[in-house]
Parts: sequence; C-alpha cells; structure tokens
Amino acid sequence: MSKKITIALAGNPNSGKTTVFNNLTGARQHVGNYPGVTVEKKEGSLEYSDYDINIVDLPGTYSLTAYSLDELVARNFVIEEKPDVVIDIIDSSNLERNLYLATQFMELGVPLVLAFNMSDVTDKQGLMIDKAKLSELLGTPIVFTVATKKRGMDELLDEAINLVEGRTKLRRTTVGYGREIQEELTKLEDILLKDKILTQKHSSRWLAIRLLENDSEVIRKVKESSYSDEILAQVEKSTHHLQGIFGDTPEAIIADRRYGFISGACSEALQRTYEVRHTISDKIDKVLVNRILGLPIFLGLMWLVFKFTFKLSEPLMGWVETGQEWLGNFVGGFLAEGSAIQSLVVDGIVGGVGSVLIFVPIISLLFLAIALLEDSGYMARAAFIMDRLMHKIGLHGRSFIPMLLGFGCNLPAIMATRTIEDRKDRFVTILVNPFISCGARLPVYTLLIGAFFSERIAGNALFSLYLLGIVVAIIMAKIFRRFLFNGPAAPFVMELPPYRMPTVKGLLIHMWERGRVYLKKAGTIIFVGCVLVWFLSNFPWSPRYSKDYDVLIEQAQGNEEMVVRLENEQAFEKLEKSFAGKLGKTVAPVFKPLGFDDWRVSVGLVGGFIAKEIVVGTLGTLHSVGEADEESPSLRAALQNQRRSDGSKMYNPLVAYSLMVFVLLYIPCVATIAVIKRETNSWRWPTFAAFYTTAVAWVIAFIIYQGGKLLGLGI
Amino acid sequence: MRGELLPLTMVVPGREVTLISIAGGRGLRARLTDMGLNEGISFKVLHSHRPGPCIVLVGNTRLVLGHGMASKILVKEE
Repeated sequence: MSKKITIALAGNPNSGKTTVFNNLTGARQHVGNYPGVTVEKKEGSLEYSDYDINIVDLPGTYSLTAYSLDELVARNFVIEEKPDVVIDIIDSSNLERNLYLATQFMELGVPLVLAFNMSDVTDKQGLMIDKAKLSELLGTPIVFTVATKKRGMDELLDEAINLVEGRTKLRRTTVGYGREIQEELTKLEDILLKDKILTQKHSSRWLAIRLLENDSEVIRKVKESSYSDEILAQVEKSTHHLQGIFGDTPEAIIADRRYGFISGACSEALQRTYEVRHTISDKIDKVLVNRILGLPIFLGLMWLVFKFTFKLSEPLMGWVETGQEWLGNFVGGFLAEGSAIQSLVVDGIVGGVGSVLIFVPIISLLFLAIALLEDSGYMARAAFIMDRLMHKIGLHGRSFIPMLLGFGCNLPAIMATRTIEDRKDRFVTILVNPFISCGARLPVYTLLIGAFFSERIAGNALFSLYLLGIVVAIIMAKIFRRFLFNGPAAPFVMELPPYRMPTVKGLLIHMWERGRVYLKKAGTIIFVGCVLVWFLSNFPWSPRYSKDYDVLIEQAQGNEEMVVRLENEQAFEKLEKSFAGKLGKTVAPVFKPLGFDDWRVSVGLVGGFIAKEIVVGTLGTLHSVGEADEESPSLRAALQNQRRSDGSKMYNPLVAYSLMVFVLLYIPCVATIAVIKRETNSWRWPTFAAFYTTAVAWVIAFIIYQGGKLLGLGI
Repeated sequence: MRGELLPLTMVVPGREVTLISIAGGRGLRARLTDMGLNEGISFKVLHSHRPGPCIVLVGNTRLVLGHGMASKILVKEE
C-alpha cells in the first residue's frame, strides 16, 4: 500500500513552474477552480518510489501578501490544506528576487524544498552557486534543475520525500529582523499565544509579522479572536513605535530586512566569475520593442497568427461539417424519413454536436499560436508595445490581444483574457469583446451589402461596420471602467522574461488545456442552446398547412422545378407556424423603429443566437429560396423585392445598414455566452452581457435609422 | 538636469535613475516592493515609449511598467 502525500509547487511567474509541473505529472492533470474564486487550480498525480504523490500547481506569485487573489489563494492553500512539502521553483538567473517568496514560506514554517531552476543559464552567465553553503544558510534543501531538459526532477522528489521522512538534517533558519522589530514581535506573540485556536493553525511568529505588515486577511482573522482588542492595540502601539524609530512603515522595513537576509546569504554563497554580458534577449529587444519598429512588427506577427489559424482551420472546419453531414445521414438512415425523431437526431443532436465541434480547430490553432507567443516571451513585449494605446481607453496593454482575437472569433478571445491579472480589467475586456465583429457576422454583411449597396461603396460600408464595433467597444469599456468597475487603474507591472525556445510539449499542453476547457465547460451550454433553437423552429411538428404539400409534391413528381418550389414553400410555412415563427411575429414590432419590421428578420435574429451566420440561412428558408448562402442571387433578389402589405418596399440601403448594425451588436452567440459563463464563473455576467448588448444594439440602430431618415437617406 | 524629480514616464532610455517615491496606495507600493522596486533603489531604464510604458532593469530582472504605473513612480536621474 503506497503512502499518499501532497506536494505544492510554488514560485514566481516565469520561473518555469509550469514546465516542472508538466514534467512531473505528464498527462495526468486536471484543472479546476479554487473554491469560490476563478483562480485556476491545476492538479496532477504520479507514483514515485513508495509514494502516491498528488501535485498541486499553485498560482505563480512574487509574494504571499493579501493584495492579490493569486497570492491569497496560494497562501490559503498552504495554510489550510497543509501540503506535506512545498517546492518553490526559483529562477536561478534571478536569485535574490525569487528568494523573496522563499523567505515567506520559511516564515510560514512549511516543509520547503527549493528548486533552483534554469541552472544552465546561470552557468552561462558565469554565476557559481555554492549549493551546500546556501542551503545551510537558508535552512532548506536545494536542488538544481533544468525543467526544459527534465533535469533534476527525480532529485527534487527525493528531497521532498527525505523531508517527509524526516531524513533532512538542516537547521531551520529565520530572517533576522533586528532587535527593535524582534522585541515588538515577541510582545505580539505573547498576546497571540493566549488564543490557542488561532495559534494552532498559524505560527504565532508568522501572525505577528503579518500583523506588523498590516496584512488585511490576517487582521480579519484576528478580529474574530476573543483577544482581538488586546492584539490590535499592541499592533497599533508597535507600528507607532517602529515608525518613530525608523521613520518608515514597518512593512517597508520588514521587506528591507528580508532582502537584506537574502543578499547576505547570497553574497556568501555566490560567486560571479565574470560580469553578466548583454544577453541575446537585450539585443533582440532593441528591435522588437523599438519605439518605431515595435508596433509594425507586432501587427505583422498578429497578421501571421490570423493567417495561420484561419487558413489552417478552414479545411479542418470543413471536415467537421462533412463529418457532421455524414453522421447525420448515417444515423438518420435508421430512422423514419421526415419524422420528428429523425429531425431531432439529425438537426438537433448531431447538428448541436457539430456546432460545438466546429469551434475546436479554430480554438486549438489560435491557442497554439498564442502559446507560441507566450512561451517564447514575446507576449510580454506585445503588452508593452500596446500599453500606450490601451491606456487611453482605460485598459492596459494586456487587454489588446483578446480584443484583436475577437475579429476572428469572440470565443478564444474571451478565453484569452485569462492573461489579464486584474479582475476589473479582465471583466471589462470580456464584456466589450462581443462588439468586435467576428468572422461569423461576415456572411450577414455580405448578403445585405451585396443586395443593397453598389460595388463602389460596398468596401466602405463593410469597413464602417467593423469600425463601429471597435468604437462601441471602446465607449462601453470607458463607461464600464467609470461606473461598473471603477477605482484606480490596475497596476501594470510585469516581469519581462528572456526569450526562450518554446518546447513542443509545452505548446501542445497549452493548446490541449484550452481545447478541453472549451469542450467541457462551454460545450454543454452550446449544445443545449442548439437543441432549444431546433425545437423552437421545428415545433409544432405538423402545423396546419394552407395546402396539402404531400399530395401536391406527389402530383408534381417529374417536374423537378415544381417539386423544389413546393418543398421550399412547405419549409417556409413550417417555420412560419413554428414557435420561432410566432416568436418572430410577436417581437417584430419592437424592430419597427429600427426600420425592419419584417417578422422574417425577427425569426432570423432568434436563430442568430446559435451563430450569427445562421441569420442568412433562416432568411433563405423564410423567403422560400431553400438553402441559401450569402452569395445567393435569388435571396438577394427576394430581399430587394420584399414588400409590406401596403405595397411599400421593406428594405432600402438604410434599413439594410440598420439591420447589419443590429446583427453586429446584439446578443452574442450562445457559444460566447457559454464562454462568458465559464470565464466569470457565474450566470450574472453572461445574462448582463446578453441584455446590455441587445439594448446597445437597439439604441444605435435606432439612432442610425431615424437619423438617416431625417437626413433623407435611403428613400 | 541632475537631481531633478521626474516621473518614470519621462526618463530617456539608457539612463540610470534612483527611485524616490511611489505615489500610490499600500497595494501598489507592496506590489512594487515584491518585485524588487523599493524606494531608494537604483535601476536603469532600458526602453521607453515616452511618455508612456517603459522597461527597466532592476538587478538582473527586466520589468515592464505600464503607463499608469510608470507615471506614479518618481525618480531622480543619476
């Protein structure tokens, strides 16, 4: 029977923590959320010697303060779940900064192993680390690792097990804070120790230090104590006392002492053989983040990303469609032709699954490209390059990539907002992203522009729609920032990692993670949405038709044209009399002020909730032209000639434009809603997004149509 | 120019500066301290899209500071 232990992986962002995690656990990983928060929790398992080891990948943090959610999550996990060992992954080329986090783990009193990762880089930089000496000074075992080459992984586990079995002979060391601070800490500890419950879970020294550092979370905990008044009074007294002596806040002095402790240890155990030269990264950066060249290079790269993903995903999406068709025909063959059950299976279920799968190629490829940019270290530069522009709209550089991806598809775009640390920035970016005109809206524009705009201005009309989407997104971002998520702009400070060659395994794992999250979390919602719309547009199954189509089609056999016409008419009448048709007729008056009071359009808009391009197909059915696409001349002609009952023309260029604006802005497709739900972890935001976008769409289409009419356009 | 206080957004790339103060709340200051940017420390500005974000070299680390962040950091050129 093997023994079970838990190891937590901690470390600064960019320390190679994820690579270590992947090396250790391979494919046996699963992703969840920490309870109550949207921070991702990655776990994996492996068997090693006699142990069944569960590995938890803590969020990458620089510190364990309570200022950021990631840090709080990491800290609470260590305190509450008490992992048997914490492995702190340290970027060896940047020791002093990385050891800061280690000192905080030491203070927490957890069993700690330090992995000095990327030790090959330090060799190149000419940095000699006296491992034995440094581990003695820090009181923790140290292992040299090169995660990208899988070096040192077994030694890491060996040291962890040594620690568990009590075979490590190292004396714990603590950061010396100097006599003045130590005195105050002792005073505080004396009072804290009175509360047995509090000090059972947390070491009194750690609590005392955190209290002096004004840690909001610890203060909150202490407030629950029966000795809270006494403790907090002492904190106040000590803080005041120390401030008097040092002329600075205790937290600043404590941080100083920690760095002092680290540099003291490092100066004894480290030897630089030669000065660090300009690394290759610096040379590359001279070009890539250049004031003038930076932006065009970035845009060029993004263009390549788009080309790459869309060119490559097109045939793959074709395969999914073909597969769906084949499967539909295959399964449908077993069921009675024209029956409700056949339609449910073929159009509802297989169609629904198809709607889910159709996004897989594009999501995977887009994230493969993003992983490439991220792992190579370029993403941080991109954020820097775009920061100046994004700052103007109240967001920062990191929000740019998701915005840009939105032009392809809002789904991966919203999933990509994960790289934005700040919750407010992230939510604003998520909420305005649907206004960025995705690829699925293009068929609608193509149809309407082709039908109502001369070739001369077609390009401008199309461009103006994209531009409108961007402008609305910017305005809404400003409004949200001001009223919904106000407060100071998030600090945007981020470490610039050196350029690295990404590993194929790392890239594939990144890609797979996103693909899986999408399938698992968003897939179900998309599927249910598709089946729902199928139901609405197919039921009641056998409405009372105005003609007996079955008999008529029977009679018309041999006259191919007649049969097709009758079938189209039947499809039209079925949809007209379906729930969706009724719904369309009910809501049609709402669109009257926007210029399009045609119930057919309303039904199309209902269908557009599945995917915006469906508007085209639905309009095709409702104009009895059968299966139509955006280039179909018969559908264009049908739209051009559509008349109201009083004989006036239903459409003109102004109405068409108003409709396109509405399609651009109204409720995001079901897949986007599903992803917003997944990324915000609540139904509140997707519901909000659905309503506010539709309201914005109505208002702007109204302004455009009524304004246009006043100016005498389109009559 | 020597000895004059100026926001980090205005520093010409290539200059060495000393951090004098951070005009921000506790959270902001703590975040910067965690990343090695505390008051009194000297660092070099590597790249800057003046006035705007910049990349600085602190010890052996390169940090990207956004426009908003950099404008809150007051430095003295050396």
